[in-house]
Amino acid sequence: MIAQPASNFVRASQANREVVLDVRNLRIHYETPKGDVIAVNGISFQVYKGEIVGLVGESGCGKTTAAMGILQLVPSPGRILAGEILINGLDMLGLTGEELRERRWRELSLIPQGAMNSLNPVMRVRDQIGDAIITHEGQQPKDKLKARILELFALVGLPPRVYDLYPHELSGGMKQRACIAMAIALSPPVIIADEPTSALDVVVQRVVAQTLLDVKERLGVSMIMIGHDMGLQAQMVDRIIVMYAGNIVEVTPVFPAFHNPLHPYTQLLISSIPSIRERKPLKITTGLTHDLRNPPPGCSFQLRCPHVMDICKKTQPAMIEREPEHRVACYLYGKEEAKG
Amino acid sequence: MTTATPLLEIRNATKVYGGGFLQSGSRVVALQNFSMTIPEKPAVITTIAGESGSGKTTLANAILGFINLTAGQIFYRGQDITTLTGQDATNYRREVQAVFQDPYEVYNPFYRVKHIYDMVIAHLDLGYTKSQAREVIEQSLRVVGLRGEEVLEKYPHQLSGGQRQRVMVARAYMMNPKLIIADEPVSAVDASLRAMILDVMLKLRDDLGVSFLYITHDLSTAYQIGDDIFVLYQGSIAERGRTVDVIERPHHPYVQMLINSVPVPDPAVKWGAVLEGVADESLRATVESGCRFYPRCPSRMDRCLQAMPPLYAVDGHEQQAACYLYHK
Amino acid sequence: MAESAIMQDLDTTTSKSARRFSRWDNPWFNTKFLIGAGMVLFIVLLGLVGPLFWDTRLARVGSAELNLPPMGITVEVDGIKYVGTAKNPLGTESNGRDMLALLITGAPMSLQVGVIAALIGMGVGIVLGSAAGYLGGWVDNVIRTLADSVITIPALAVLITISAYVRQIELSTMALILALFAWPAPTRFVRAQVLTLRERGYVRMARLSGVPPLEIMLKEMMPNMLPWIAASLSGNITGTILAASSLEALGLGPTRIPTLGMTIYYAIRAVAMLRGMWWWLGFPILTLTIIFVGFFLIATGLDEIANPRLRGVKA
Repeated sequence: MIAQPASNFVRASQANREVVLDVRNLRIHYETPKGDVIAVNGISFQVYKGEIVGLVGESGCGKTTAAMGILQLVPSPGRILAGEILINGLDMLGLTGEELRERRWRELSLIPQGAMNSLNPVMRVRDQIGDAIITHEGQQPKDKLKARILELFALVGLPPRVYDLYPHELSGGMKQRACIAMAIALSPPVIIADEPTSALDVVVQRVVAQTLLDVKERLGVSMIMIGHDMGLQAQMVDRIIVMYAGNIVEVTPVFPAFHNPLHPYTQLLISSIPSIRERKPLKITTGLTHDLRNPPPGCSFQLRCPHVMDICKKTQPAMIEREPEHRVACYLYGKEEAKG
Repeated sequence: MTTATPLLEIRNATKVYGGGFLQSGSRVVALQNFSMTIPEKPAVITTIAGESGSGKTTLANAILGFINLTAGQIFYRGQDITTLTGQDATNYRREVQAVFQDPYEVYNPFYRVKHIYDMVIAHLDLGYTKSQAREVIEQSLRVVGLRGEEVLEKYPHQLSGGQRQRVMVARAYMMNPKLIIADEPVSAVDASLRAMILDVMLKLRDDLGVSFLYITHDLSTAYQIGDDIFVLYQGSIAERGRTVDVIERPHHPYVQMLINSVPVPDPAVKWGAVLEGVADESLRATVESGCRFYPRCPSRMDRCLQAMPPLYAVDGHEQQAACYLYHK
Repeated sequence: MAESAIMQDLDTTTSKSARRFSRWDNPWFNTKFLIGAGMVLFIVLLGLVGPLFWDTRLARVGSAELNLPPMGITVEVDGIKYVGTAKNPLGTESNGRDMLALLITGAPMSLQVGVIAALIGMGVGIVLGSAAGYLGGWVDNVIRTLADSVITIPALAVLITISAYVRQIELSTMALILALFAWPAPTRFVRAQVLTLRERGYVRMARLSGVPPLEIMLKEMMPNMLPWIAASLSGNITGTILAASSLEALGLGPTRIPTLGMTIYYAIRAVAMLRGMWWWLGFPILTLTIIFVGFFLIATGLDEIANPRLRGVKA
């Protein structure tokens, strides 16, 4: 048990770090017969080169929708209403259908939840990865393709014999690693991993998580890791974005997230994590309480917040930077109101 | 320690699938020689922990009477459950309840939510009049933070997953059972509701004397609420004892590896090292083979392959590990 | 080219705005189902309402001129020219029966035989299939072996033999004979359904709640099997109608009742086609085809309604 000083976890200031993904004011609604559900309420954040950012929040908070929005895979009746998504400066929302198809896996790939079930059972693993490469880069000479695929296997820790195998011949962990291989095949700068280990056993999860960390180290790829398992987040991510009811409430490096959470919701989240290290009384909380179609004016957390004040019910708080890289949207830390 | 009849006693339960002449699929020993006793008093929460394929679901199905054992017996208050008929069978159904993992599957989509209550009232001799029943249902829903008018008249798909699971827990509560088999009751539920459901389980144990068989793969929640724990690996008990002892001081190599692999929700406490090696089920074809963990065990010995190690006592209260390392 | 699901998803979803939530997502508005139902309804109405508008006594022998083609058409039969009139809009046959009247009386009968036989078959199938699926063990083995054996028997050959011996065939006899071979397929089908449903969470819940097996089958399983049973029934009906029509066309049906099949039989016997009387054969065949295709579409449509994934809806 080695405690590390907080300073080790705070990287150099924003100015020195390269931004690979810049999301500005992303707004996504779901249309229902009873009115629009505001799934993502104008969120903005950045992902730096070579880091893993965790995206956490309870179900219904909009994290999966936001990630799908970034990939432009929002299922109907969802619609992206506004926002900018820039990858290394490239405006993704401005691309035409054809351009998007061509560039998407190259700029931004996805490891979906239950990815192992999305592998085509009648195609060999190598052909599925090969297809991804050929679709985006055109025909490849056979031997070069093979070398590239074997290299990908090595990167994710799959033995070369997997080259000839079908998905059903692989174990769950190996299938998931094959999906990771597919996601890094075109060396995208950003990968979105949607609960990449949720269907796996604890021990296999450890192996696959390590694979993701190794891939990040060796390729310098950035990742957004969506998840519920705070233990996993603690061990894997560099920074955490906390969402509640479609808004980002806190953005913080990982150490302060667990040891000094600022937003009341984050505090609630952290205090209710069951740990294998200490037995403590269970903290009872209630779930999302307001209707996402009709959010109350002001801070979205007001109905559950133990520190709610009058101003919280009037306007939404703006994101305030308390420490370097540690931002929170809460009137407890300042009186700034969000614009618009 | 009295010698009163235990509430539930499982003796050498073994279940083998497949391999027979007319059957498809190769032989798999799903569960082997599982023995356990749950006393009438005091109420305890016993955790059955294991990964998928460990046999924990087979065990639950056997206790609930959905499958028959190949060998071994399960006694409820001294009676073999396969021999229960008539009133005894009804009593068993009433006193042993279940809460399952998938809160959607357990509802018949054709009927409203109250159907699950109607069934038990009609068939399990609960002894309530119509108005009493309604009151009892309301009371049980209140315990889980719901109101009858919110949920009873709705169809299952109109409720959230958390609500559906809570209604199931309320149903179990209403029956005032002696034992609840909870198979991954909080895995499919949001973090915020997890604590509430686990809290209800604790309340049932403390206030109403209901024992639980908490079946899960999540050691963190097991650590929070379990009194005793059995860790299964490929059908056999790897280690057993008080939950606190087994999780804080595991002795079996598999359990040690398992504990090390659980990510601690504190970035200052790093994960244990990765132990490579794919899960190997090759030793699972017969009851006579040796320790199932042999292929991956860092401390394996020749004798481990010859026969399944029995449970040896290790330090801790009644803690036992099935490993020749502890043979004295 | 086959691709992994991720690639396929990316391929088809490129627009950032999705179509508006559509009210026409109601699964019952299924094209196939509606068209099929329409066709069958048409035939039913033909039988029900027809007699109100057309004199069905014209179906009797000798009620009209012989060998008339449909209205407005001139055809040469056996060297003699015949001209169709409005009095017999679909023509007549060589016994003087009016085609339209034949259709109006015959169609519902063909339907009846088929539907009754299929219903009996389905009824037996539900009972036996449920027993086999739910109880398992030797009950399952016996029923399954029986059903599998009957399926291998060449039904038409046996039916022909039986029909040849039974001199006087009424519609009801016909239906019973056909039901003899209509029960194995529903039995196997229901058995498969029951086996699947048995492991469902809510059936287990019912077992845990002390519900007795029969009640579980009726109240828990049946309601969820209905769409599939309806689809299967529609399929069965086409089978029985086909068998009935085939027997009749061979002359083994009820001789004094002018079902569509019997009309075809007489047409063949009178060598209608070669003599140029295409309407004698054509109209009954057309009507039968409408019935078949109608039930087939209903079956396929119901299949899609019951199974959202077939509709192309991403589950």
